[in-house]
Amino acid sequence: MKPTPPSRTFDLADVRARLDGLRGQQYWQSLDEIAETPEFKEMLHREFPNGASEWDDGVSRRSFLKMAAASLALAGLTACTKQPVQHILPYVKEPEELVLGEPQLFATAMCRGGYATGVLAKSREGHPIKVDGNPEHPASLGGSSVWMQASILDLYDPDRAKTLLRDGEISTWADFASDFNRILREHEANQGAGLHFLTETIISPTLAAQLDAILKKFPQAKLHSFDSISRDHVREGARLAFGQFVETQHRFEKTSVILSLDSDFLYTHPLALRYAREFANARRVSSGKGEMNRLYVAESTPTITGTMADHRLALGSAEVEMLSRSLAQRFGLGTMDGTSTKSESWLNALARDLEKNRGKSIVIAGEWQPPIVHALCHWLNDKLGNVGNTVFYTEPVELRPTNQLASLRELVSDMQADAVKTLLILGGNPVYAAPADFDFATVLPKVKQSIYLGTELDETAALCAWHVPQAHYLESWGDAKSFDGTISFQQPLIEPLYGGKTPPEILDLIFPQQPVRDDYEIVRSYWETQKRWPDFEKGWRRSVHDGLIADSALAEKKMELKSDAIGEALRSHQVSVTGIEVTFRPDPSIWDGRFANNGWLQECAKPVSKLTWDNAVIISPALAQQQNLAAGDIVELELNGRKVRGPIWLQPGQAEKTVTLHLGYGRERAGRVGRGVGFNANQLRTSDALWSASDLKISKLGEKHPLVATQTHHNLQSPERQIYREGTLNDFKANPQFVKQSIESPKNAETLYDTNEYRYDGYKWAMSIDLNTCLGCNACLLACNAENNIPVVGKDQVARGREMYWIRIDTYYKGSLDNPEFSHMPVPCMHCEHAPCELVCPVEATMHDHEGLNLQVYNRCVGTRFCSNNCPYKVRRFNFLWYADYKTPSFKPMYNPDVTVRWRGVMEKCTYCIQRISRARITAEKENRRISEHEIQTACQQACPTNAIVFGDLNTPNSTVAKLKTHPLDYSMLGELNTRPRTTYLAKLRNPNPEIQSEAKG
Amino acid sequence: MDTIQGSEPRMPDPSKPYPVTVLGYPAEMIGPKETYARVSDQIAGIPLKHPHPKFWLTCFAIAGSLFLMFCVAVGYLLFKGVGIWGINIPIAWGFAITNFVWWIGIGHAGTFISAILLLLHQKWRTTINRLTEAMTLFAVMCAGMFPLLHLGRPWVFFWLLPYPDTMKLWPQFRSPLVWDVFAVSTYFLVSLMFWYLGVMPDLATVRDKAKTKWKKIIYGISCMGWRGSARHWQHHQSAYLLLGGLATPLVLSVHSVVSFDFAVAQLPGWHSTIFPPYFVAGAIYSGFAMVLNLLIPIRRLYRLQNLITTRTLNNMACVTLVTGWMVIYGYIMEAFMAWYSNDPFEKHMMWDRAFGSYGWVFWGLMLLNCVIPQLLWSRRIRTHDLALFFVALSVNVGMWVERFVIVVQSLHHDFVPSSWKMYYPTKWDVITLLGSIGMFLMLLLLFIRYVPMISITESRELIALRREGQL
Repeated sequence: MKPTPPSRTFDLADVRARLDGLRGQQYWQSLDEIAETPEFKEMLHREFPNGASEWDDGVSRRSFLKMAAASLALAGLTACTKQPVQHILPYVKEPEELVLGEPQLFATAMCRGGYATGVLAKSREGHPIKVDGNPEHPASLGGSSVWMQASILDLYDPDRAKTLLRDGEISTWADFASDFNRILREHEANQGAGLHFLTETIISPTLAAQLDAILKKFPQAKLHSFDSISRDHVREGARLAFGQFVETQHRFEKTSVILSLDSDFLYTHPLALRYAREFANARRVSSGKGEMNRLYVAESTPTITGTMADHRLALGSAEVEMLSRSLAQRFGLGTMDGTSTKSESWLNALARDLEKNRGKSIVIAGEWQPPIVHALCHWLNDKLGNVGNTVFYTEPVELRPTNQLASLRELVSDMQADAVKTLLILGGNPVYAAPADFDFATVLPKVKQSIYLGTELDETAALCAWHVPQAHYLESWGDAKSFDGTISFQQPLIEPLYGGKTPPEILDLIFPQQPVRDDYEIVRSYWETQKRWPDFEKGWRRSVHDGLIADSALAEKKMELKSDAIGEALRSHQVSVTGIEVTFRPDPSIWDGRFANNGWLQECAKPVSKLTWDNAVIISPALAQQQNLAAGDIVELELNGRKVRGPIWLQPGQAEKTVTLHLGYGRERAGRVGRGVGFNANQLRTSDALWSASDLKISKLGEKHPLVATQTHHNLQSPERQIYREGTLNDFKANPQFVKQSIESPKNAETLYDTNEYRYDGYKWAMSIDLNTCLGCNACLLACNAENNIPVVGKDQVARGREMYWIRIDTYYKGSLDNPEFSHMPVPCMHCEHAPCELVCPVEATMHDHEGLNLQVYNRCVGTRFCSNNCPYKVRRFNFLWYADYKTPSFKPMYNPDVTVRWRGVMEKCTYCIQRISRARITAEKENRRISEHEIQTACQQACPTNAIVFGDLNTPNSTVAKLKTHPLDYSMLGELNTRPRTTYLAKLRNPNPEIQSEAKG
Repeated sequence: MDTIQGSEPRMPDPSKPYPVTVLGYPAEMIGPKETYARVSDQIAGIPLKHPHPKFWLTCFAIAGSLFLMFCVAVGYLLFKGVGIWGINIPIAWGFAITNFVWWIGIGHAGTFISAILLLLHQKWRTTINRLTEAMTLFAVMCAGMFPLLHLGRPWVFFWLLPYPDTMKLWPQFRSPLVWDVFAVSTYFLVSLMFWYLGVMPDLATVRDKAKTKWKKIIYGISCMGWRGSARHWQHHQSAYLLLGGLATPLVLSVHSVVSFDFAVAQLPGWHSTIFPPYFVAGAIYSGFAMVLNLLIPIRRLYRLQNLITTRTLNNMACVTLVTGWMVIYGYIMEAFMAWYSNDPFEKHMMWDRAFGSYGWVFWGLMLLNCVIPQLLWSRRIRTHDLALFFVALSVNVGMWVERFVIVVQSLHHDFVPSSWKMYYPTKWDVITLLGSIGMFLMLLLLFIRYVPMISITESRELIALRREGQL
């Protein structure tokens, strides 16, 4: 350091400037160098009079330096290397309501499965970091789905489309606008002939209005809609039954008996979050309520709804149709043409149960069942008196409902005939997702003027002339309807990161305005025209604030059933299946492929198979044995001349002669995470057999592909392992204490520790998880990942057993291999009062706090991993390699600033969201009060759509968690080890029909 | 009347190449023609004259390259992280801890021979104690590397040491890993002092016989100016006995503490009260096997059969057999208790050990540790050095496999079935293990080359005893 002339005052800025002025090899060596200068000593004396007096008393250099370290850190002199000059800019005027460090919540809406769900997005310092369900929104009721939780990663995806592309070259919005204008002017001449629009399901009133206006301006223009996970069969079923499109709504809370015909209403249905909540409310056995509903499911592949069933049949898709016909026949419709189903006694018992519960049952069919099955459901619901009680009909929710397959077919044939001059595709990736026989990839290049609005540089973007990056929903203004009709509003939390545009913004170019309107103005002006509120500004602000328009759900509509039409359809259409059946289903994590580049979803273990990073050819163990196939064998599937290759996975509970393929994989242009993962089942999927087909040929190729599952042992091995406790409702009624009596547990005094030493008089944090209502949907898993900055480790690391979830869902099978009973068990850290992990850590990196939390101190952990070895629940996760992503710039705003990002070599685990507890504690202490019951929700608790997870303070009188701990069904997992976990479970109860023998379940 | 061992009447037996006692056991403690001068010359000649240079160099090259591989493996480990090995959750300890326990176990034979057999006046230990004590030192050095290397953040390993830090935070003394720190460091220090004290007079002998200037200086410094005066000898003997007494309890305590790494945990397969004695017996078992594996080739090559006699080999084999049976008792007890306790987790652990995914490892272990060593009942095998070598090799490998089974198999199937997984070692696991063996051999070869590998002092004592008619 250059010697400086002594100055009377010591100027920090001066020091900084001096350090700034250092060039080349000159580094100041130590604090001593600075500390030796008389100016610094004087400064210290001035700035910290108390500290300086300690120094004046002649204390050693060491304590002086300790003191100096803090101030020097503040002065920015923290390193011995020259820091680059970075100007931080404090707010001159802090924006209203923005307190740095406090999160802001915004209500917005996310579209999935074609319909909107209300979400609350948490924003920190101006960028969103977490998305949860909006408790006020009727479609989510506060619950989350995996897609909702993972959507935040999609926002910050480094592989998003970042620029406008014209034929692969970077272009600008202005260039696009002018080219688009030119195209439109050309179309004005011929009234829009050759102008086609392809959208997904239209649920945005603004967009619908724009499209109406466009079709008025260009009468010859054509509008097509297509969604790969289409609800065409539902629509057609309704049209068959009622002569027109109607939407079917359900009230699961009032039901006693539910029959699901291949319907995954708890998970894939657009209103699944709400249905899950209602179903759980009817299922939960609390101390006051002693009744449960009963769920019968007939499906081809185990789904979440199937795992919740009291009685389940594993039937192929066509067999489900035969079952529904057989059931309808029992109630008087149609005749079964001699083909009896395997499950006569099952059906008889079911029919009797439905009859006994008139008006309190629901018969629901899945989107993949043919229209006739839906029509039969409508007929049955009517016959059983459910209509008006548990089932009701409304106007179709979507605007411009149409048969989407026919719509797309028309587009494709027009493209084939060179009748399409301009095609504007608003999202959806049709090149990947369209049925294989349409050959979209071949016909699309025929359209010279193709414009694609999409978030990714995907397969469709590669073949279109223009690619406009689409704004993520967290960057957009918009409106959308939920499945029940509620009009939800989208508001952005951040400016579009890459200049993305929303569909209304593109369509608005058709009606040129000066200045060009952005999405906010478009949506707002639409609603101004709607004259919905007497005071527009007030109503608008209220609705945007709430994220929805209150009470805008669709009203019930009385419909007249056309039984003759249904009967006619029954007679004219025969059911048959030959050979091996193949069914196509949306993937439980990746959906139709749009989430392929989302690392959280790729790594999220699928609900029943626990597969990650792959899709598989899912077959039953019986079929595998017949065809001599083992898990991982690559087979070639041939259907009507089309072929695809994929690895085999054996799934207990799969229908015997049915193979299930999940869509969404095998994408070629999907970013660094999704590219080349899995195989593309769309290659087999043709428009005449969108959901199921027969005569699949399987040939073994002799190669193997490693499939990675996070759980491979699903058998609890012996009844003495009382890890997962369950019983039937009758067991519970006969002896409410049967759960506690199932195994001897240590008494409270049975410990070497002094029970009086730690009394937990303050807060006593605990958690109760209801196994009865847990669906195994993984929402808690992804919510925890998002909240706690948990890294994605990749397929080969998951193969080694190093996945990093802090909460996992264990799925156990019980019973026969062909149709077992499934059970889900979420396992977070138990926060044991007698934690085995705390005993064995050599450096006190894991310890207990006075409120009962088992703490993990990351910066003290040396990584011996003894704590993991001693944890009987194996909830601890270790950073074996450098898993945390510090480098990708776009992820930096995504991390939750309240949670440390862990280094390599450090152990981590569930903390009961201690950052949320701290935040609530700070607020409560500022207000001089105790933390109240509903102030803290752990991430998993908040996400759970069925409220299966309850967290709270045992010392708060009458808190929910305290009451649940006294519930007779409450038990501790491995409690006999005397670990005294704070996380306990409520045992699962099933409600089997006594008429159905256990043998006949399969 | 007590018979001083080695003083039993000798019978010439034409069928045997060695003289035998009344019961037929090998009798010679030390070759019949040995004199003071012969013993000194023979032993001190090795560091001075470096016989068999080509053989030594070849072995050293192999061991050295393994050691270099070890350095590469360690470097890559520190660079990338512990994930280069095959460990995962639930099997968070794999080869590294297996190696650690194996090496420490091996070290116990040296201390057993040096200290316990010293206090028990077992004269046959005399000619082997120096080599085995050196073996202990090197084994503990190898062992001590693994608890450091297997840490997720090895650069802060010193947090396990009790030092007054600025946060006033001491290690967590209830953790067996902290006990390990004390046990292993104590063991290393005491063994080092004991060995060094013992070798000092011999280094002086080499210094006196050395011809070149540098050898005189180096050996002179290393023996700290030993003059052989009566005073020196008096101090030496008392200090040696004291250190021997200090080292004796270590034989039992160190591996008991190491066994606490497992016994204190509640994992089925680890949580077993038999572990401390079982591990100590196993340690001596594996240590003696390693001693035999080292001594037999060295003895042949350097023609030390007159000093390390058949009787010594026979006795070592007997100790091996006895400790082997203690280990077998441990196996039987574990299996019995698993059944008798009726605990579902214990029962499953035992069943899985024998018939699960690692079942083939377990049966290999039974073969190596229980079946093959029964050959040692036969005196012919015990006195035939090649056969003994292979039986000892079987035990050596078997004891490594035993630690592997304990560590990995118990972890891979613990309480909750959903977390059952497999452990597959990676190439880095194997390289690190082989590299540690290379380091051990390299150090041992250096020891053989430069330090008198048999205690000259004590061998001369044997001769003195014989002359006095007590041998």
